[in-house]
Amino acid sequence: MDIAIARPELVADEVRAERRRWDIFLQLNFCIPAAVLLLMLGAAIFASQLAPYDPLQTSLSQRLSPPAFAGGTDAHLLGTDKLGRDVLSRIIFGARVSLSVSLLVILVTATIGTALGILGGYLGGWVDGLLMRITDISLAFPGILIALLLAVTLGPSFTTVVLAVSLLGWAPYARLIRGDVLKLRNADFVLQARIIGCSPMRIMLTHIFPNIVNPLLILATLSVGLIILVESALSYLGAGIPPPTATWGSMVSDGRGLIDTAWWISFFPGLAIGLVVLAGNFLGDWLRDRLDPRLRQL
Amino acid sequence: MQPVTTWQPLLRVEDLRTYFFTRRGVVKAVDGVSFSVAPGETLGIVGESGSGKTITSLSLLRLVPQPGGKIIGGKVLFEGVDLLRLSEAEMRGYRGSKISMILQDPMASLNPVYTIGEQVAEPLRQHQHLAGKTLWDHVTEALRLLRIPSPRERLQNYPHQMSGGMRQRVVGGIAISCLPKLIIADEPTTALDATIQAQYLAHLKDLQRQTNVAMIFVSHDFGIVARMCDRVAVMYAGKIVETASVRELFSNPRHPYTIGLVNSVPRLDRKEERLASIEGQPPALLNLPPGCRFAPRCYAVFDRCWKEQPPNFEAGDDHSASCWRVAS
Repeated sequence: MDIAIARPELVADEVRAERRRWDIFLQLNFCIPAAVLLLMLGAAIFASQLAPYDPLQTSLSQRLSPPAFAGGTDAHLLGTDKLGRDVLSRIIFGARVSLSVSLLVILVTATIGTALGILGGYLGGWVDGLLMRITDISLAFPGILIALLLAVTLGPSFTTVVLAVSLLGWAPYARLIRGDVLKLRNADFVLQARIIGCSPMRIMLTHIFPNIVNPLLILATLSVGLIILVESALSYLGAGIPPPTATWGSMVSDGRGLIDTAWWISFFPGLAIGLVVLAGNFLGDWLRDRLDPRLRQL
Repeated sequence: MQPVTTWQPLLRVEDLRTYFFTRRGVVKAVDGVSFSVAPGETLGIVGESGSGKTITSLSLLRLVPQPGGKIIGGKVLFEGVDLLRLSEAEMRGYRGSKISMILQDPMASLNPVYTIGEQVAEPLRQHQHLAGKTLWDHVTEALRLLRIPSPRERLQNYPHQMSGGMRQRVVGGIAISCLPKLIIADEPTTALDATIQAQYLAHLKDLQRQTNVAMIFVSHDFGIVARMCDRVAVMYAGKIVETASVRELFSNPRHPYTIGLVNSVPRLDRKEERLASIEGQPPALLNLPPGCRFAPRCYAVFDRCWKEQPPNFEAGDDHSASCWRVAS
């Protein structure tokens, strides 16, 4: 302690060196999900270099070929679908669509939902009443119907899908965040912030927001799977990204009718969805632990 | 002893009324409270739970709990400016820079996601727009005023890494950071254990000696008030029933409630088998009957007490009590 008082810069250096350590890569709960997500992202970015076939190229003679390890040929590692398209290539190209839709939708829904949730929860009164009624309506309305209407009026496209899925997805954020903010609003540290003269805006942004990052991250990572599924439902109804573009969701629904004979058509894209969701959740947990100062040093 | 001069009060509260409008009726939590605080002086506000001490202190900063709470009347004159007439933005300029407050529970009043350095720095950034080395020098100085050991290293700590006593010192540091003229301390030691309590009070006294900050010290503990304060206001059911200097109040209490309170403090210089207590419960503040609010528990009650509320009567030099017995 005495040394520390004499040379405070020594302590600072030590702290910085500790932070610089690369031990983060030794944490399995960080590096495995990060690797999975990086792999998927890499596949999406370099799809045209990585994919062995054109994802849209049909070949009826090769149709319904099983994966290589289940009696199929090495030509199609993960088999082919009912039009003879290579499943692996379609998964790689599908990653582009599915991941970018997920990221965009999460960004849009989390932003809208968090903003409305914090405003309603902190300001209360008629603002809260109005915002929560809108949220109720959004939750109660058959979302697919709105999405279909939107798709029909705007025409099916990537933008339409992102808009439609976002329209369905922001309400749970608003609800969850508002509930947490209601608790925080009466916390003593918020009163303390008001005592030192913080404006409501400042309190919402710098005192309340950092305290709701945890539930926000968890909901965001959990919603990846749901978004991909809704996107596939839209494709199935003809309001999604129009075929023959490969998306993971539409591949799963393509193989639905053949699940007992040609299981690989649905299984592998499903596996990809599952891996992304799982990796997202693990990464969310890891991030939550890093962000919480109480857990950071454990 | 302070010479009795015509001092200019730093804060003068006149007939402050804060009511809560609930579905069941109007709760008169603060009902016509008046007092004043001189620069550098410590005023104690004593009373039992629910007597309106905390709401009074929050009303001074215009931070009455929502929804339902509202300041419906009176004046809060701080350096001659009526705080109740300021705009919300103007009021924010007073909070933390000229008037500050220490809350009761140090475990809850610090934000868990920021380092204590950040939290002490915030009022300085907001009100004095400091940055860089000047800022951190001020922050360190504030922590040093509260006797936090090796304050520079402590800046990097998070609240959860500190004990309750240390955290309450940090809260004190936040309160003093902008060198306000007045600090309202709302039972600052209630959540601390006895040894730390004495230490903290000594630090507050010390702080006051160094910065000449005036203090409103809210407490239910007469012993602490006797140690800390120059003058005392006794609150009962939303009203101040007696105000006097500490010495006067303890040697010559006039209101039956104060007499009861003074007698209920354990003392070494009296041989008594049991401590005296005041019979009964304080009244619910919803739909109060006319007359003196202490009447149902008062040992000296007479007819008039049930019919009319007693105003404040002079009971000596800088000593007033609101009791009909004092008048007669």
